[in-house]
Amino acid sequence: MSPANYLLLSALLFSIGAIGVLVRRNAIVVFMCVEMMLNAVNLSLVTFARMNGALDGQVMAFFVMVVAAAEVVVGLAIIMSIFRTRRSSSIDDANLLKY
Amino acid sequence: MTIELLAQAPAGEVIGLGESITFWIMGALALLGALGMVLARNAVHSALCLAGTMLSLAVLYIIQGAPFLGFVQIIVYTGAVMMLFLFVLMLVGRESSDSVVEVLRGQRVAATLFGIGFAALLLGAVGGALFSAPSIGLSPEDAAGRNVHNIGALIFTEYLFAFELTSALLITAALGAMVLAYAQTKGRNKRGQRATVVARLRGEHDRISPLPGPGVFATGNSVAVPALLPDGSIAPESISSIIDATPIEPAGQPEPDAHALTGKRDEEEDQ
Repeated sequence: MSPANYLLLSALLFSIGAIGVLVRRNAIVVFMCVEMMLNAVNLSLVTFARMNGALDGQVMAFFVMVVAAAEVVVGLAIIMSIFRTRRSSSIDDANLLKY
Repeated sequence: MTIELLAQAPAGEVIGLGESITFWIMGALALLGALGMVLARNAVHSALCLAGTMLSLAVLYIIQGAPFLGFVQIIVYTGAVMMLFLFVLMLVGRESSDSVVEVLRGQRVAATLFGIGFAALLLGAVGGALFSAPSIGLSPEDAAGRNVHNIGALIFTEYLFAFELTSALLITAALGAMVLAYAQTKGRNKRGQRATVVARLRGEHDRISPLPGPGVFATGNSVAVPALLPDGSIAPESISSIIDATPIEPAGQPEPDAHALTGKRDEEEDQ
């Protein structure tokens, strides 16, 4: 086994998250798939830190976690306010900016 | 010179059997959780599958020499972020499942094909370029003993500016969430307590006082027990109309009598 196995797992998780973003129609589930993609990238960053023998990758993963937390807060607030006005959390219904 | 450099070049680290076993178990669990998240119809099931994936990833971080990140993953992601997701799911309504209607024809199939192709490209690239790449491995003190100290030293020296930008980002996110969450309640002119009382006395409501509560503690502990007025008659408004509408017989209308308070009625009937 080599550390690249972690990278392969990370690539698989990222792809599954991307498929979920494209296929699912519930805005919250789409958001969870984005979180999964961020987590997959974190795993590859930790693996890169290990392969390089330096901690910089772990620091970058830490910053990615901070940004992800901020993104979740703002994104869920947006989903809530859209749900209040449109009574729906489906991303097909939020087409007000289209016209 | 070259010989010395070659001698100093660190040898590739050897991965132990324990780490391999943990990787195969936890990696399989993470993949299962990811697939379950995408395939589950119910959004709550998706959230729980994602929590499982995140826990497996935390274990993978820890065995890779990142104990700090592993515990941050557990506390921040599975603890805070997933609970936030569940809260919003419960607010939005968990039965708001996916619509089956396809807005763009063939979009799901195309998206799945795209994802599989993307995964194939990514796996091919990683496998071709990095599978034989040498791995130096973290030093033992970086990996276990002084991991938190060394990460902290890096954050507060080399990445100090990025760290301060992070604080600005967090404050902006908190303010943005408050603005977005309170935006809807601002326009509505809610009537205050004083205005409500004035409107009540002016006769804009059905009755001046609130409805009387049921006589729960007078004769029994059922909300179907009516309250008694001062002259002993039943206050009809004290029973909710929902209880009257239920088909279950609420033990009839109890008549107002003083024996019900003492509970001696049965003995008198026996005599």
